[in-house]
Amino acid sequence: MSELSYRDALNQALNEEMSRDANVFLMGEEVARYNGAYKVSQGLLDKFGSARVVDAPISELGFAGLGVGAAMVGLRPVIEMMTWNFAILAMDQIVNNAAKLRHMSGGQLRCPIVFRGPGGAGGRLSSQHSQALEAHYVHCPGLKVVAPATPADAKGLLKSAIRDDNPIVFIEGELLYGVKGDVPDGEHLVPIGKADIKRPGDQVTIITWSRMLLWYVNEAAQKLADQGISAEVLDLRTLRPLDEEAILTSVRKTNRVVIVEEGWPLASVGATLTDLIQREAFDDLDAPVQRVTGLDINMSYAANLEAATQPSVERIIAAVNQVLYR
Amino acid sequence: MAPANRALQLASSSRKKSSNKKTTVARQSGAMSAHPLLHTQGLLECYRAMLRIRTLDERMMTLQRQGRIGFYGACTGQEAACIGSAYALRANDWVFPALREGGAMLLRGFALVPYIAQVFGNSGDITKGRQMPSHQAAASVHQVSWSSVIGTQLSQAVGAAWAAKLKKDDTVVMAYLGDGATSSNDFHVAMNFAGVFKAPVVFVCQNNHWSISVPTDHQTASESIAIKAVAYGLPGVKVDGNDVSAVYAAVAAAVERARRGQGATLVELETYRMGAHSSSDDPSRYRDPAEVEAWKKKDPVERLRSRLFALNAWNSAQDKALQAELLEEVNTAIKEAESLPPPSIATLFEDVYQGEPWHLKEQRAELLESIKRHGR
Ligand SMILES: Cc1ncc(C[n+]2csc(CCOP(=O)(O)OP(=O)(O)O)c2C)c(N)n1
Ligand SMILES: [Mg+2]
Repeated sequence: MSELSYRDALNQALNEEMSRDANVFLMGEEVARYNGAYKVSQGLLDKFGSARVVDAPISELGFAGLGVGAAMVGLRPVIEMMTWNFAILAMDQIVNNAAKLRHMSGGQLRCPIVFRGPGGAGGRLSSQHSQALEAHYVHCPGLKVVAPATPADAKGLLKSAIRDDNPIVFIEGELLYGVKGDVPDGEHLVPIGKADIKRPGDQVTIITWSRMLLWYVNEAAQKLADQGISAEVLDLRTLRPLDEEAILTSVRKTNRVVIVEEGWPLASVGATLTDLIQREAFDDLDAPVQRVTGLDINMSYAANLEAATQPSVERIIAAVNQVLYR
Repeated sequence: MAPANRALQLASSSRKKSSNKKTTVARQSGAMSAHPLLHTQGLLECYRAMLRIRTLDERMMTLQRQGRIGFYGACTGQEAACIGSAYALRANDWVFPALREGGAMLLRGFALVPYIAQVFGNSGDITKGRQMPSHQAAASVHQVSWSSVIGTQLSQAVGAAWAAKLKKDDTVVMAYLGDGATSSNDFHVAMNFAGVFKAPVVFVCQNNHWSISVPTDHQTASESIAIKAVAYGLPGVKVDGNDVSAVYAAVAAAVERARRGQGATLVELETYRMGAHSSSDDPSRYRDPAEVEAWKKKDPVERLRSRLFALNAWNSAQDKALQAELLEEVNTAIKEAESLPPPSIATLFEDVYQGEPWHLKEQRAELLESIKRHGR
């Protein structure tokens, strides 16, 4: 076990998987000589050389497509998107192609590829740089979508993602790179599709993922504990496939649910979770499910507007009070 | 005085010519800089505008280091390219900028205080604290906001130009891009559409040799950026982007060509990003200091200054006075802009749509209620 930043945990996963399997390569903007826009690929060019750590010309669609093609013939590309905001330009390759190749080819082709990079607000970067877009990919059959919150999960999930034979959308938290935590050394694999109880409790379940856990939910749960309310915090970690068993087990224990999500409210991951919970655990619910999301507007640059647009500890506590009828 | 101007003119492969006819590449040498293409008054105006953005950029980078603003992308080293090109426009023409053309807005009359207020993102900002610094937009001077997403502005510019053609007005659209943006899908789409629709658009590529840490030869295998135009049936011109006269001459010719209804041109301005990519970058980690030093000798502001001295149109006393005047102007504007309060939270829900839909009215009420109760 070592204390590592989220960034270094991802770096370790890449380093270990590239050492383990010569078919793994990393391509993206600024990944090689710059060591990554967020320094996730620090030292990898020096260690693995320019054939496996590759600076791409500025075309997300181009290098996503290159990755898909390379994956079809046996390589295991890791395609870094400088941010998921720019990956919108590559959605044709991710959604129309990577996600569908296995199915369209009647199972003849496969696409073991990881698209990874930061998502969510980055700190005063305005609307085109601050989007939590996971719902777009969660929507698509054929993709798996992963969004770790802690350094240990980041490492363990990235290693699993690189070994997975399916296309993976791996969304890192743009503000999480500097966050530190204990990370198991060496072979540490976190299975894709498994949620994790980050804080056990029995009066209300707060479901969340990625940065919301560390920024708001942990603090809200602590404040609630100080008021004598025991909240269970469930970190989904993988958004597709959903860990239905973990979700329903917690709901059946606490009977009350608040979902905290950075993205917009309409057609969101939280909306899908709410649907799942009301269908599968209706009789276990003591209150309607409440959701705390980003406001249904585009992100601003001004610090006060940026903060107001995002979920907050106060809004989470208010939602918990609501499901507890306090 | 200035080094021989390297103007590489790629003749347009007109559609009327048979397709197998070889494109002619005519090389022009030095003559251009020998006689000023801008009259002295024009050169002095450009000099003032260039020195003004140099001064402003220096101050803004300092504010960023002091934590007073969040982000900044300077134009330092590229002032001749920015100003010389924008100088060729009329007030009615539109600018679709990339990261480094905020100066075009100032040249075309946008006031400094709201410009700086935008960098602070406060209530003096006409984008209402919404957009990042170096992404200014002002409809009043016909400049749209840069899309952060590289290349996006290029196909939009073709659309705006095509609309002008449809409306039969003689507006020209200037679309700026960096060398890195020539890799983007939109670049190729825009060039193709501009060719097919003969749109009155001028693509101005500021080839500053770097895209963050990636040098231009990792971005393209073409011998130049200008040459890419040939394949799309457009003329491509490459000029010394640090020589304001050469920039103006090439761009003005392209603008007039577009205005005459003869279609688009790609102008490559060879220049150099003397500073960091943006305030989040440290170029000393990937650039050879000797390269930076060599380009500093071609500093466009200093080149124009010595040219004006040589023309006896300017002297060092005047220059000192102008530097002091601009610094004073910038500092006063910073003071005024920084003193403005942040945008009001109630403005958050404006402009998402035309009019305010019911769900946003509800959200606004909830948010304001929550702020009243919990301070947030
Ligand atoms: C689609 C997209 N991908 C990546 C980026 C990140 N990015 C911002 S500026 C930049 C380099 C741009 O280089 P260039 O076009 O040469 O312009 P310069 O900054 O040199 O003026 C990159 C890759 C982006 N903004 N948009
Ligand atoms: Mg460049």
